[in-house]
Amino acid sequence: MNTNDKLLEYSIPQLLRWRVKTTPKTPALREKDFGIWNTYTWEDYYDYVRKTALGLKAIGLAKGDVIAIISDNIPELLFTAIGAHSIGAISAGIYQTSMPAEIAQIIQYLKVSAVFCDNQEQVDKVLDVRDQIPNVKKVIFEDPRGMRDYMSDDWFIDIRDLYKMGEEEHAKNPDIFEALVDEGKPDDVCHLCLTSGTTGLPKGTKLTHKNYINMGVQLIQVDPLESTDEYVSFLPFAWIGEQMNSFGVAMASGITLNFPESVETAMSDLKEIGPHFMFGAPRIYETIRSQIWLKIDQSYWLNKVFYNYFIKVGIESAGYKMTGKPMPLGLKIKSWLGTQLIFRPLVNQIGFLRLRRAYTGGAALGPELFTFYQAIGVNLKQIYGQTEIVGIAYMHRDGDVRPETVGKPLPGTTCKISELGEILSRSDSVTPGYYDLPEKSEELLEGGWLHSGDAGFIDENGHLVVIDRLSDVMHNNKDEMFSPMFLENALKFSPYIKEAVIYGNKEDFVACLINIDPIVVGKWAEDRGISFSTYMDLSGKPEVAQLMMEQVLDVNSRAEKEHFKIKRFALLYKLLDTDDGELTKTGKIRRKFVQERYQNLYDSLYDESVDKKEVEASFQYQDGQSTKVKTSIAFYTVKGA
Amino acid sequence: MAHLTISDVTLSFGGLKALSHVDMTIEPGLITSIIGPNGAGKTSMLNCISGFYHPTRGDIFYKEKKLTHASPHQVSNMGISRAFQNLELFSGLSVLDNLLLARHQHLKYSFLHAVFFFGKASRIEAENRAYVEGIIDFMELEPYRKSLVGNLSYGVQKKVEVARALTLAPDILLLDEPMAGMNQEEKEDIVRFVMDIQKERGITVVLVEHDLGVVMDISDKIYVLDFGEVIGSGTPKEIAQNPKVIEAYIGED
Repeated sequence: MNTNDKLLEYSIPQLLRWRVKTTPKTPALREKDFGIWNTYTWEDYYDYVRKTALGLKAIGLAKGDVIAIISDNIPELLFTAIGAHSIGAISAGIYQTSMPAEIAQIIQYLKVSAVFCDNQEQVDKVLDVRDQIPNVKKVIFEDPRGMRDYMSDDWFIDIRDLYKMGEEEHAKNPDIFEALVDEGKPDDVCHLCLTSGTTGLPKGTKLTHKNYINMGVQLIQVDPLESTDEYVSFLPFAWIGEQMNSFGVAMASGITLNFPESVETAMSDLKEIGPHFMFGAPRIYETIRSQIWLKIDQSYWLNKVFYNYFIKVGIESAGYKMTGKPMPLGLKIKSWLGTQLIFRPLVNQIGFLRLRRAYTGGAALGPELFTFYQAIGVNLKQIYGQTEIVGIAYMHRDGDVRPETVGKPLPGTTCKISELGEILSRSDSVTPGYYDLPEKSEELLEGGWLHSGDAGFIDENGHLVVIDRLSDVMHNNKDEMFSPMFLENALKFSPYIKEAVIYGNKEDFVACLINIDPIVVGKWAEDRGISFSTYMDLSGKPEVAQLMMEQVLDVNSRAEKEHFKIKRFALLYKLLDTDDGELTKTGKIRRKFVQERYQNLYDSLYDESVDKKEVEASFQYQDGQSTKVKTSIAFYTVKGA
Repeated sequence: MAHLTISDVTLSFGGLKALSHVDMTIEPGLITSIIGPNGAGKTSMLNCISGFYHPTRGDIFYKEKKLTHASPHQVSNMGISRAFQNLELFSGLSVLDNLLLARHQHLKYSFLHAVFFFGKASRIEAENRAYVEGIIDFMELEPYRKSLVGNLSYGVQKKVEVARALTLAPDILLLDEPMAGMNQEEKEDIVRFVMDIQKERGITVVLVEHDLGVVMDISDKIYVLDFGEVIGSGTPKEIAQNPKVIEAYIGED
């Protein structure tokens, strides 16, 4: 039995205690505040967890109670969560962007008895629905700014006061905390993670200490991490992608978590830290690539010449690196030169110089993006998993990165494909079920396997290939199957396309709505002297339509099957947006909603006689007012499809 | 005791009276607004307080000290700082440098200390940086700390302007149309800052503003100027019912 297996016998607070015993003085957390990075050692971390835990106990939180966390990523969030775990309570994350009504629903569903908010913005939302959540005993806040009018109300408590209560408790009874921590069992549920909710209300996935720690332990068996490695915590904590790192990977490996100063500064803080590994949804990598392109485009001529030459070399050598094949000597030399001359400085500019591995997951990523990052020397790898298995269950191994697959299972994970073609998995990280939803849980875990709801297959190299959501696969009226997501990703690889929505279920052909990328297309238009005012105006330009036609033709030319070809498209006059309910919080398209909302456009896409149509677009401003604008939208038929 | 007493102030440019027999009292810890149509003399009033103009007649007292003829830097040293309507920032410097520069009156070390940068000099510089970081946090300027002011949007520059005035650690903050040229969201943002400046930092605010809605919402006391004269004063409620004020704003029929 090695050390790693021993870790699986701990609860998260017990593992934290073990870290304090082995490395008390090394940095565990770092937060940028007032322009300075402040360090918390493992010892400090544990002290704060103790204060918070006993404080929570003092305000009446008991074993099995749920505390909701609505906060940007700050150390106090982890103190609260792990403090709750220490006394046997359960934490639950709520997205910071949630609306008050949504928060009330979640609080009612999870029977939450206390809430932790980082600032007045979140406190106000909870206050809004106070009469609907009588079970909530206390609202803890971290930032006192703007809270002056609430001080007299003892429903609210400053986290500093909570610490004080915890310290008093500790002074009275110095052994109680250790005893409480000892009571924790690895199989206890410690966190309820909300699934992203592409349909209906989110479900609370129960996750145990062991679920998280196992994921961390298995991940570092494949991709080892040093305890001196750095990670920047910038994903929403309510998402499994962040918890798996702060609860699982950090505890299992002893790396340092770094908290940016604010959401807006995350990218520049990342540059200061220079993390050794990172995880993100595809959008982050797409955005960073667009920025790189833009910067190269604006750079002086010598840089451009070097970049344009060496990116080709890079892409060629990426082919060898990803498959682990030895490179020919000539290419090796050129590739080394490219790295020294352009790619190292380039990657350093984004803060990726020390990055050993970058993971992407949550949605599919265009194969070209992998090649691009591998070409500039960033080891980008695909992972696959879901909330119910703590985020990562499958991933690429170094030197075996195949863009069309999601890699092999982590150690201890078994994979099976059901008769329907569904991906099933089994491991120590699989959830015991959903909170208070026995039927849904049974469906999920039928026969002892985790049902992913994704269609997939295992290829000849033993890699798992994910096709699409089982329920999202579409069939045209000749009953030929196609995946809308796959086609959308093919379109989105074009830097000019921000988002695409593919239609064609039970229709003659595939059609789509396209969102142009305002920054890249805007720059493109400026370079050609095409003037424009708004996004709507830019989308309506005939030159832009021509550009999009070229992109669609390019995608069509690479289509594997005839019925994958896109025949009609239109450029949407606004960006699909989370606030309008068109995208989920993790950026996936809400298909049904989008189709209903743009039904008139859909009808015209499938009426080939229409090439222009007047539509009334309604916009909602941030303050809730809405306005209507008349615009005309053009429909284009693609030749050869 | 009133913080700032303006008594019988008249300001003439040749034959033109920009201000005539103006009396005002600014109470500590409150938001006092000065409103009025274009050319009513609002900015002239601020200029008199901050020492850019000197009244032709009348006096201005700050805590019983006379500052009628004080120069701008003396006024600022007394604890009255001002954010300008037209931005008066160094556009070629970063936000941080702009703010650090505003701390110059708190730099109390000798030339020798500065040359060798030890002891007092480095300690004071560190204190100043910490103070400025507090302001950056307060005004939520973290993402722009190292950006050149000239490259920032107008709304952000306005915030920097207010931040710089705050960096002087004033007792009284004079804000000259902080919301001019802003969109709805930016306005709401600034309103929140103005209220926080008053409530959390305990600074007396004198606000010159065009947006009546904002003024009515947040002011404790309002003075209305028209053609250089005070035509009304009182709480927002009293002002809303004052016939003279209604006339000046809506006009006679």
